[in-house]
Amino acid sequence: MAFTFAAFCYMLTLVLCAALIFFIIWHIIAFDELRTDFKNPIDQCNPGRALVVPEYSIHGLFCLMFMCAEEWVTLGLNIPLLFYHLWRYFHRPADGSEVMYDPVSVMNADILNYCQKESWCKLGFYLLSFFYYLYRVSLESADFEGIAGPL
Amino acid sequence: MSAPGFNHLNSSAGHSTNPTPNGGAAPPYQNGPAQAYPSMHPPMVYSSPHQNYTSVPGHYSQISNKAPVVNNQYDVNYYHNSHQHPPTARASQGPPAYGGPQGLPHPYSGARPPASSSPHVPMSSTIPQHPAPFQQPSYPPSYYRPYSTSAQGPPAQSGVVTVPSTANASSYPIVSYPTAPGSSQYGTLRSSQTSYSPCQSSAVAPQNMLAAPLTSPQLAALGNNALPTPAGHTPSGYTASAESAVNGQATAVPPPSFAQRLDQSPTPAGSQAFRAARPNAGSPAIERPPCGTPTTSVHSSPAHQQGMHYGYVANSGVSSTAAHLSSSSDEDEEEEEEEDEEEAGADSSSTTSSASPVPNNYEAMEGGSYPESSSNVAPNPPASQASKAAKPFGYGYPSLQPAYQQSPVPRADSTPPQSSGFNPPGYQQFSQPYPTMNQLSAALGGLSLPEQQLEGLRPVNLLQERNILPGEPLQAPVPSLSADLKRSNCSPDTFRCTLTNVPQTQALLNKAKLPLGLLLHPFRDLTQLPVITSNTIVRCRSCRTYINPFVSFLDQRRWKCNLCYRVNDVPDEFMYNPLTRSYGEPHKRPEVQNSTVEFIASSDYMLRPPQPAVYLFVLDVSHNAVEAGYLNVLCQTLLENLEKLPGDTRTRVGFITFDSTIHFYNLQEGLSQPQMLVVSDIDDIFIPTPDSLLVNLKESKELVKDLLNALPNMFTHTRETHSALGPALQAAYKLMSPTGGRISVFQTQLPSLGAGLLHSREDPNQRSSTKVVQHLGPATDFYKKLALDCSGQQIAVDLFLLSSQYSDMASLACVSKYSAGSIFYYPSFHDVHNPTQMEKFQKDLQRYLTRKIGFEAVMRIRCTKGLSIHTFHGNFFVRSTDLLSLANVNPDSGFAVQMSIEESLADTSLVCFQAALLYTSSKGKRRIRVHTLCLPVVNSLSDVFAGADVQAITCLLANMAIDRSVSSNLSDARDALVNAVVDSLSAYRSTVSNLQQSGLIAPASLRLFPLYVLALLKQKALRTGTSTRLDDRVFAMCEFKSQPLQQIMRMIHPNLYRIDDLSDEGALHVNDTMVSQPPILQLTAEKISIQGAYLMDCGTGLYLWVGKGCSQAFIGDVLGCQDHASIPQNMTQIPELETPSSERTRSFINWLQENRSFSPILHVVKDDSSAKTNFFQQLIEDRTEAALSYYEFLLHIQQQLSK
Repeated sequence: MAFTFAAFCYMLTLVLCAALIFFIIWHIIAFDELRTDFKNPIDQCNPGRALVVPEYSIHGLFCLMFMCAEEWVTLGLNIPLLFYHLWRYFHRPADGSEVMYDPVSVMNADILNYCQKESWCKLGFYLLSFFYYLYRVSLESADFEGIAGPL
Repeated sequence: MSAPGFNHLNSSAGHSTNPTPNGGAAPPYQNGPAQAYPSMHPPMVYSSPHQNYTSVPGHYSQISNKAPVVNNQYDVNYYHNSHQHPPTARASQGPPAYGGPQGLPHPYSGARPPASSSPHVPMSSTIPQHPAPFQQPSYPPSYYRPYSTSAQGPPAQSGVVTVPSTANASSYPIVSYPTAPGSSQYGTLRSSQTSYSPCQSSAVAPQNMLAAPLTSPQLAALGNNALPTPAGHTPSGYTASAESAVNGQATAVPPPSFAQRLDQSPTPAGSQAFRAARPNAGSPAIERPPCGTPTTSVHSSPAHQQGMHYGYVANSGVSSTAAHLSSSSDEDEEEEEEEDEEEAGADSSSTTSSASPVPNNYEAMEGGSYPESSSNVAPNPPASQASKAAKPFGYGYPSLQPAYQQSPVPRADSTPPQSSGFNPPGYQQFSQPYPTMNQLSAALGGLSLPEQQLEGLRPVNLLQERNILPGEPLQAPVPSLSADLKRSNCSPDTFRCTLTNVPQTQALLNKAKLPLGLLLHPFRDLTQLPVITSNTIVRCRSCRTYINPFVSFLDQRRWKCNLCYRVNDVPDEFMYNPLTRSYGEPHKRPEVQNSTVEFIASSDYMLRPPQPAVYLFVLDVSHNAVEAGYLNVLCQTLLENLEKLPGDTRTRVGFITFDSTIHFYNLQEGLSQPQMLVVSDIDDIFIPTPDSLLVNLKESKELVKDLLNALPNMFTHTRETHSALGPALQAAYKLMSPTGGRISVFQTQLPSLGAGLLHSREDPNQRSSTKVVQHLGPATDFYKKLALDCSGQQIAVDLFLLSSQYSDMASLACVSKYSAGSIFYYPSFHDVHNPTQMEKFQKDLQRYLTRKIGFEAVMRIRCTKGLSIHTFHGNFFVRSTDLLSLANVNPDSGFAVQMSIEESLADTSLVCFQAALLYTSSKGKRRIRVHTLCLPVVNSLSDVFAGADVQAITCLLANMAIDRSVSSNLSDARDALVNAVVDSLSAYRSTVSNLQQSGLIAPASLRLFPLYVLALLKQKALRTGTSTRLDDRVFAMCEFKSQPLQQIMRMIHPNLYRIDDLSDEGALHVNDTMVSQPPILQLTAEKISIQGAYLMDCGTGLYLWVGKGCSQAFIGDVLGCQDHASIPQNMTQIPELETPSSERTRSFINWLQENRSFSPILHVVKDDSSAKTNFFQQLIEDRTEAALSYYEFLLHIQQQLSK
């Protein structure tokens, strides 16, 4: 057993997960700035929107990789978020390209609260999964070494 | 106590002057329903609740036992009074027949003390306007007398003073926009008040004249900073106030002795009082000094040309341009959030202020009665009064002060007997001071509070109330504040809250199930508006609240913000009162006297130099547009109003026309005729000659006129059917972005080319679908993005859609929605075939072109700590949690705001909301209009219900329902509306009214709620089942979102009048004509007889329905026709006949039309005409194929309630 595909997956996701965490932190800061009047929603939402699709696709890539690596447990952990992302993407406002952070409605207290909560939850999820991936990476490497060690 | 007693009490017995409990007239309750209902509904339905009704009195008597004596007193007074003055505004709370609350037990009437009722009688007659007389006991007789005389007869006073009235008028520097046509209603309402003002200023004028003829009027008018002429003369180093300049008089320099005296006049007692309340009415001591001073007021009667002129001078340009020039600090980024002004105020050596005060000012009136003509003499009496009166005040009303400190009236007043079970501690607490209570409330004029509160809480069995609609227009409930707070509170037409008693916590609000929110009409045309020119605009240092009447002054030099409770310093300049020209009276400044004021802002409030008025017209000239023929009307109206476009010498106009290409018009001065430039590359639009397309109106007026004359004929033979609206808008955006301004788009079809092209989405077969209505949202985000870009560049886009086919209003409207524009829609417009639409278009345009406009505006809404803004409704872009960016602001747009309570308001008894609108006037001045609303906080559910404002609630719910129907779907929104009624009524039933009564019980304050919600469900915007074109529906939604409350209410629930028997009884006098006031009828066919003629006022249209059997006299005398058959089909005018009935009818219709900004078109509807459908669709209490009747709706609600 050499360096498995699964190990590779976990290493890659580890890196990408770090990126996702930064995305989410950026969002949290952005919403907080909106709430405290520092920024114009237009300025805030345009870069915010630009991050949404990459985030979703990166997470989709995770799921794809885990499926290919036949890491069913990890895939199972990620599937709910994948469905949530799909749901959000396909339930975006009918008027086109904007996925969700619409500058004209984001200041609505309900929507802003929802977005903030969503961001915090996702941050938690990504952090947990980051450590989980780290653990899995070390596990996979340990296996790798465990086999290779005596030789 | 007994059943019979109770029965009679429901009737008018409780009101009869003789207090015999059982000796009443026949109870209308028993007569009314019994007679009327069976005719329409099966009698059994009604008889059973009726029996129930009589069988429960035992329960009532129980309650009455619990009721504390305090309330008893108030109840009695109330009913006594209301009986004596049925036509007052209070009486309008409910139909007179029901004035007696069901819950009022009869022993109370027996307990009515004659002694207590007698002092109250005069009070109740004067409450609405004259709170001051309540303090009569404290006044030495000689002081009191002027009050009473002035209250009785202001004309007599003005007779005493012989100054010509033009002089008075000229003393109004501040007439800001006096000629607004839409505001005549305001004027009539205030007519009694404005009549005082001549006395004030006329008495004052001679004093000024004699006082110090130092400067010429011009100097003073212009001399703000630039001309510090008389600065050295005033004790405090201030220049003359602009208002004295405008008086045409010289600046009056208060003699030092006077100023000194004023400084001292607030004795400890007085200053305490003045801290506790607002200084204004609270203490006579402080009230007095300005008596002899030039308090003036603004009114807009055309006789005062001079005044307007002066006002114009004072307001526009020179004075504060000087200010702008002098201080050239442009470093600020956020207009509203600058701290600079304070420093500016600190180091400004000479400052100028101008202000105009409230008109119905007592002190000023009283000042009018001083015949002294020497300024040395004039100030003296008030000053000496001050010192004399200070003591009587302090001694006479020891109990006043706590009441002032917690300005809402003590709970005992506002809690009705029924709720005693809920709030016993409150009662104990407040029943202690009972002995003084009577006196206290008498002094405060607080007696109207229990009335109102009780009236609002009176349980009403909706199933039994047949005539639920009051005959006169519903008035906004008055918040239960102390009299002086009430007086200086913001007008309900401008600022209204859904709950005039704000619940203390979110939990309480949730329990009440009513929405908390504000309805705003911030830029309304006002007939009087104090305008303040001052270098330092006094604001709270931490929350930036503008100083307002509801702040408290801790002492002379410090004030406490009423929103964040921070203690701030009073800047030096603020110590000087320009009205009284006295020093040391910060509480007398106009900012602290008026809840609606306008400041002339300094350069600190500018991001860039104020923009000129720029108007760009973008016109559709495709085949479809030419067919419709709107160009003729537009160009003609524009030509007529070219001079009246708001603006100054910098005003610029431009024109773009488009079909499948974009046409620009070079109107550069010096050309012999307008030059048309065609850009056919619509994918990458560019501006051919950027400099000469938007031209100065003054310089190029001839060219503009040429163009307008030529335009209608230029495209008559066009074969181009496409419409490239998107590229045309992009071009307009590019053209406008350097300056900002207003783009008016006229579009007649679906945009079919270039960016932003749209496809038909409407399926005509789905128009009457009862299930899902699709496509309420935009199809593309092109228009929204464009609108946001425009908003960023301070451009507003107003959309005129004149289309006979579907043109996707839902998408197109976005361009106006997010850029703070307005939307106008003329379905099936044709200049020949549809004369009514044509006339409406013409009238609307007229108003649209000439109405006031504010550019590059922002509006910030601040509220007391603990409250926060949840959602905004209206046309704007939300820039931050409390800041709206309005590229343009117009006087016809309203806003709604949903609020939430984030922290408990337990530690405060008042909450305030402040809306500050910062805009650039068409004259290039930066101005801030500030409205402040103050409301009491309550902690019991019953009080929340008692203060509910059903009209505001309905409007806010309409806004919320529309949001819901776009974001979710229509049936969700409809369900939510019904649930709102069910929830609030069940909340009321389960907590407040502990009546175990069957039937549908609502508090009287919400008795119209089910009716209004039903009406809302039958509106075009929200109805299902009835065929409704998608564009009509979306337009109706846009209207709800952007119209002010009054207009929305007229649309939701039109007023129906019978007008074939108008009489002069109870008529209003408006400008020498009598305007009859026929009662408002319920919107049901039952009220319509074939023998009558009825007028329905739907806000945007007036329908005059003439029955087949209408008397020949009416048809002949009013309509000028021989008989019913000869009434023409499309009649939109009533001929001017010389008969009394014709005059009455015309004056009534004119009055209705002039009452609003966009005058509605009259349709004369015959029995057989097509407009009949429109008329009968509005009879919302009747059953239609798709919707319930009002009674069925009530049963439905009852069914939901019992689940």
